Amino acid sequence: MTPFTLTLIKLAFLAVLWLFVIAAVGVIRADLFGSKAAAKAASRAAQPPRPAKAAAKQSKAQRAPQRSGAQHGSPTKLVVVQGERAGTVIDLTGVPITIGRANDATLVVTDDYASSRHARLYAQDGQWIVEDLGSTNGTYLGRTKVSRPMPVPPGVPVRIGKTVIELRK
Amino acid sequence: MSSIGAQIRAHLPYQRRNAASFALLIFAMVLTLSAFAEVGLARDGYIPKGLFLYGGGLVVLAFGAYFVQAKFAPYADPLLLPLSVALNGIGLAMIYRLDLDTSEDHRVAAAAGKKLLKDAADAPGQLMWTFVGIGLFVTAIVIMRDTDKPDAPLSFTPKTAQRYTYLIGLGAIILLLLPIVPGIGAEINGARVWIALGPFSVQPGEFAKLLLVVFFAGYLVNKRQAMSLIGKKIGPFSLPRARDLGPILVIWFFCLGVLFMQKDLGTALLFFGLFVSMLYIATQRLSWVMIGMGLLAVGVFVATLLPFMGHVNQRIDIWQNPKPYFDGGCLLESGKVVPVNPDTDIFKKYKAKGSVSPGFSACAELGGEYSDSAQLMKGLFALGQGGVLGTGLGQGEPWRTPLSFSDFIFDSLGEELGLTGLMVLLLVYALIVQRGMKTAVAARDPFLKLFAGGVSFVLGLQVFVIVGGVTRLIPLTGLTTPFLSQGGSSLMANWILIAILVRMSHDARKPAPQAIQDEGMTQIVSTR
Repeated sequence: MTPFTLTLIKLAFLAVLWLFVIAAVGVIRADLFGSKAAAKAASRAAQPPRPAKAAAKQSKAQRAPQRSGAQHGSPTKLVVVQGERAGTVIDLTGVPITIGRANDATLVVTDDYASSRHARLYAQDGQWIVEDLGSTNGTYLGRTKVSRPMPVPPGVPVRIGKTVIELRK
Repeated sequence: MSSIGAQIRAHLPYQRRNAASFALLIFAMVLTLSAFAEVGLARDGYIPKGLFLYGGGLVVLAFGAYFVQAKFAPYADPLLLPLSVALNGIGLAMIYRLDLDTSEDHRVAAAAGKKLLKDAADAPGQLMWTFVGIGLFVTAIVIMRDTDKPDAPLSFTPKTAQRYTYLIGLGAIILLLLPIVPGIGAEINGARVWIALGPFSVQPGEFAKLLLVVFFAGYLVNKRQAMSLIGKKIGPFSLPRARDLGPILVIWFFCLGVLFMQKDLGTALLFFGLFVSMLYIATQRLSWVMIGMGLLAVGVFVATLLPFMGHVNQRIDIWQNPKPYFDGGCLLESGKVVPVNPDTDIFKKYKAKGSVSPGFSACAELGGEYSDSAQLMKGLFALGQGGVLGTGLGQGEPWRTPLSFSDFIFDSLGEELGLTGLMVLLLVYALIVQRGMKTAVAARDPFLKLFAGGVSFVLGLQVFVIVGGVTRLIPLTGLTTPFLSQGGSSLMANWILIAILVRMSHDARKPAPQAIQDEGMTQIVSTR
């Protein structure tokens, strides 16, 4: 081993050490700001762990149109257009979305005019339905008050307190 | 405390990061194997045999640990395991490297018929303890179930520990007392912190550290409201009622007393820092940090005045000016330091008499306290020798520092990896602590928050105390460098610590239970 080779080996090892730390920081960065892989993983994780009993009850025939409906023409994102969380985008995966001030809501709104469990959006036969969960100030679809579950067409604003959301394709 | 966690959870995309964890683990393996390869290439000119035994052993262990983590804690933080494995691997490579050199000395000494050094780098032993440590990690991950299912049979979660707060506090005290019990206690290198268990010596303080975190967390979680809200306000400080603070002060005082008797200042400092930081995490009052610092200052001042605390004075004196103590120095009552190194006449006199430790006897005659700063200074020389880029693994002479494989392993690494390498090691520690704190912030349960915050802080503080000590930033106190130092107790305790963090991070990061879609009403499943 010539001294030159040894110096090269030494520097190479230090470089490997630093690359390791940089890779580790990269993982944290992906955790904080999101990466493609992380986003994919997130959407996979968002799929409900389908309980065995529920899955057994639901026949394949029932599920099939729902899936195909989700692929063609139905909205894919929920966008917050007004309110404190404006700009937030939630991918629609078929999982029901709850909105309210409660911590366990899918979309947590910090708004005095919203109830803790204010409204719920769920997919049915390829359509998204909004349902008011007995909120104090009500949920509005366009200008009508939601008194029973109503389908939400894409682009129509849904108002919850000061927050306005829309479904988009 | 919960509102920040809730906000972070609301934004956090729950995800499994097993792929990232696996990739980093492979990177950590590459790091370890190339460290072994560099040692061999630089020292002997060929890839060492040890690469296959030690590197291979660590690869098998780490992948075993990974698969268990991926199966039983799939949402766990991706960084904790690879970072710990990397540190353990680098430590193993350094110990292997020191073992190669010192074992040659051993052979020479044995051939010349001289006595062998008792303490020496022992790479096979370290590999065995790594095996035990990762074994404990795996066992702990398998045994500790999800916190959400505490009623499952035979389940032990980090949360279970909350039920036994006071028993665990008692356990910590017993562990700390064990070394002073005659018969099982053993004094090694001037500190009575070991117990002899058959052929092994165990440092119970390392485990007491974890138990004490549990005790503080369990106690503070019940009392933190009372402690932060009720009490007298004196100026900017708010003091809690005696009845809230009492038990915790008793335990703390007891621990520190025991540790002072054992002359184990490092652990005392560690526990004190733990105590202050956990009070701060629990009450979120800065006044606690101030009071803690004040108490520390008073404690150190009192210790320097007490006659039987001479070693505290000496540690501080060596820290300020280590030179006169090189190879032996004697601190007289008057505060003057008389060198009693092998070049002095008084040393030669006792050497001629056949004294076992001439320096010590000479100092006894002078009526002072004997101490030796050779370790510290040789460690500093090693760091200086290393410089910015280091000599390269296998090309320095780190074995010249006493205890170069345990307390001073950071200096040994500094000599061969240089400042550039040491920065990486410190960053790796910082990342582990950061992941631990992140787990604490994301945890749902206040007890688990304190638990995770406490263990990650104690890990960080331990690194600070020992690295600060060997680099002469603060007075040197003996502590192990987590994962790097040779020693079974330290490895076992730290792997358990990582297992606890991994379990808690899995619980904090896994998605909240989903509502069942088929039912008419949204069903809310509470996780609290």
